[in-house]
Amino acid sequence: MRVPILKQRDYLIASIQSALSDEDLLLLRDDLVKQVGKYRSRGTIVDVTVLDVMDSFAVRTLRTIAHMIRLRGAETVIVGIQPEVAFAMVQLGLTLEDVATALDLEEGLAYLDQTLNPNRQHA
Amino acid sequence: MPNGDEVTPGEEGLSAGNAIAIRSAADIVEARQQGRALAARFGFTGSDLTVIATAISELARNVLEYAKTGEIVLSLVQKGSRNGIRIVARDTGPGIADLAKAMQDGYTTGKGLGIGLPGVRRLMDEFEIVSEVNKGTIVTVKKWVL
Repeated sequence: MRVPILKQRDYLIASIQSALSDEDLLLLRDDLVKQVGKYRSRGTIVDVTVLDVMDSFAVRTLRTIAHMIRLRGAETVIVGIQPEVAFAMVQLGLTLEDVATALDLEEGLAYLDQTLNPNRQHA
Repeated sequence: MPNGDEVTPGEEGLSAGNAIAIRSAADIVEARQQGRALAARFGFTGSDLTVIATAISELARNVLEYAKTGEIVLSLVQKGSRNGIRIVARDTGPGIADLAKAMQDGYTTGKGLGIGLPGVRRLMDEFEIVSEVNKGTIVTVKKWVL
């Protein structure tokens, strides 16, 4: 299933809706990396709240997405990693390395606002 | 091909397994979803369900990556009144020449991260691997309900 990507202000939000196959993840990568240019986005959020499993391929692909998007000049934050998923990732030895994470969509947006407009005050 | 069908020794009982053929990436998703559903029926809850699904995902991924095809067999194991799940990942692929090396963290010959087998061992309670070069590999793991 193709992951819907919403545009909000100068951010893109990829909101994963169901379990993803490897192909779906690669499609998400290609879509996001392309759309960052199309919409001249400065930040992207990948919401993984519904994922009940993140195996080595999923984690590696998320890392690749974040690195590619950084090369395109935008920031990425992964939001919504569930406690059980975090536990399994740590046990497996999987890390997102330098990729930013936030608790949920709201925190992800706040993170991007902070990172991209550090001087602007927020209400 | 090493025989992976031997009955679990001792007092452990074993139910007939659910076999899932692994031929494509879509089968990985199928295997881990079936595994999670079965584990819930066996009495697992919370992070155990995620851990079991993640282990199945990694094992199925190994099969696909190194052997192209194979199967995952999921069954209920019982020790006294205690339930557990047994996951067998079986393929007739190239086999593993150096098992000790394959079990080292960070070692990989494929496109993976090298977390596969040692990572799965950390996730599960019991881990067993039998492999013969050019014949295939059978990984058997178990997890017990707390």
